[in-house]
Amino acid sequence: MSEPILQVNHLEKSFGSHEVLKDIHFEVRRGEVISVLGSSGSGKSTLLRCINMLEMPSGGEIIFEGKPVSYRPKDKNHFRSRVGMVFQSFNLFANMSVYRNCMIGAQIVNKRSKEEADALTMKYLKAVGMSEFRNALPAQLSGGMKQRVAIARALCMEPSLLLFDEPTSALDPEMVGEVLDVIQDLARSGMTMVIVTHEMMFAKDISSRVIFMDKGVIVEEGEPRQLFENPQQERTKEFLSRYRR
Amino acid sequence: MEFPTTFFGWVFFLVQRYYKDFLRGLGVTLELAVIGTVLGCILGFIVGMIRSLPIDKGSSKPWQFFVRVLQIIAAVYVEVIRATPLMVQAMVLYYGTMSIWGIDIWSFHAGIMVMSVHIGAYMSESVRGAIGGIDPGQMEGGQAIGMSYGQIMFHVIMPQVFRNLIPQIGNTFVSAIKDTSVLNVIAVTELYFAARTITGTYYKFFETYIIISVIYFVLTFTVSRILKLLEKRLKGPENYELVKEETEEA
Ligand SMILES: Nc1ncnc2c1ncn2[C@@H]1O[C@H](COP(=O)(O)OP(=O)(O)OP(=O)(O)O)[C@@H](O)[C@H]1O
Ligand SMILES: [Mg+2]
Repeated sequence: MSEPILQVNHLEKSFGSHEVLKDIHFEVRRGEVISVLGSSGSGKSTLLRCINMLEMPSGGEIIFEGKPVSYRPKDKNHFRSRVGMVFQSFNLFANMSVYRNCMIGAQIVNKRSKEEADALTMKYLKAVGMSEFRNALPAQLSGGMKQRVAIARALCMEPSLLLFDEPTSALDPEMVGEVLDVIQDLARSGMTMVIVTHEMMFAKDISSRVIFMDKGVIVEEGEPRQLFENPQQERTKEFLSRYRR
Repeated sequence: MEFPTTFFGWVFFLVQRYYKDFLRGLGVTLELAVIGTVLGCILGFIVGMIRSLPIDKGSSKPWQFFVRVLQIIAAVYVEVIRATPLMVQAMVLYYGTMSIWGIDIWSFHAGIMVMSVHIGAYMSESVRGAIGGIDPGQMEGGQAIGMSYGQIMFHVIMPQVFRNLIPQIGNTFVSAIKDTSVLNVIAVTELYFAARTITGTYYKFFETYIIISVIYFVLTFTVSRILKLLEKRLKGPENYELVKEETEEA
């Protein structure tokens, strides 16, 4: 087995007195695709946001490439440049073209030359099938297109880990496929990913491991076939049965 | 010398006799309004951004303390200016600088300072509101690719804030043209001051103030029309062109 990229050790997160994450413990190895399942409010987004430091954990430790992460602004920004995040709501920069959205990180964060940034941008816009639309503004695109651009923007940073928070939940049903296809291609290319999703078939298909969360704890973790077809925990069975009608 | 006997006769007479003074007053008014709006907006953007700074728990303690202090100073400035009349601010600044520091500033400079400080306070509130009104996802999108707070503000948030505030900046300029009239209390020779001086000779108050009313009206009316046109221009293209895929190079 390859070395772990990310280790989450006894992670805790509370909002006031509300404990949203309790003793979360797992690791991500290079090349793995991990799906995180769980009902609404179980803390999946909060988990990703803690990993990406959009939220400050209340306890525990996150170890990235062997070193505990630091919350000093400089270290935080560096860490985030190595770990991409794709949001449910896309969060593309509204004032920039598709092209600028992808270029800017490579140029001003990773300090790439204009030529290098351009090459990366064109490579990944092509990979997600959006290079023709590079002069468009985000507001002029459909949801599926926006999400593909958001994925390209994350890829232009050449991250060693990509986090997805329900990347297809804000999309019309007919656009879900195009985004899942892009993620599938990424999985084939060996990208390490953690994906929060409600797309069960997709999760079963693409993941090397599946994590099921409920009420802020990891209830069960395992190979997709094992977890989907032979869940060990009552709560997992109950959750999965709601998706199999 | 024959004096006019009708209202229009007097208006005509005064315009003919004093048009140079009216124009000079108009010039000073415009100068005050333009410079005051520009400096006021710069000040307003700086103060608005300071007041919107989040305090990052991961940053160093001295920095956090510094930001807090800066924010308190900014808040006091905004509240004091918004709670006092412009005319009083003009008096305080003009006579204050004179009696406290013994500096005898030229009243035109005092006028510019008052206008800028006044506009800055109001503009900072608009800027703060506009920053708060930007979807938090814009900030998170930038954070997710490792951009620093400053980079996100400069490249993502402030361009959007600025665009949203263009109409507001236009309105501010139009109000500034009218507000300059109170600066006559510190002897700034703007349009209203010019009118006041002119009435001192013939005591034709109504006629004189009608003349400057017309000037103010024409001025603000044209300026607002021009700004409306500019706004439309700045909106940018509504469409984009698909980029044809160039065939693979050899
Ligand atoms: N900023 C916040 N302040 C207070 N409570 C919060 C905050 N963010 C999340 N929570 C709470 O934390 C809990 C977990 O939220 P989270 O968004 O992580 O759930 P989720 O598993 O992603 O759900 P969903 O499937 O609906 O996206 C919820 O009860 C939510 O109300
Ligand atoms: Mg969520």
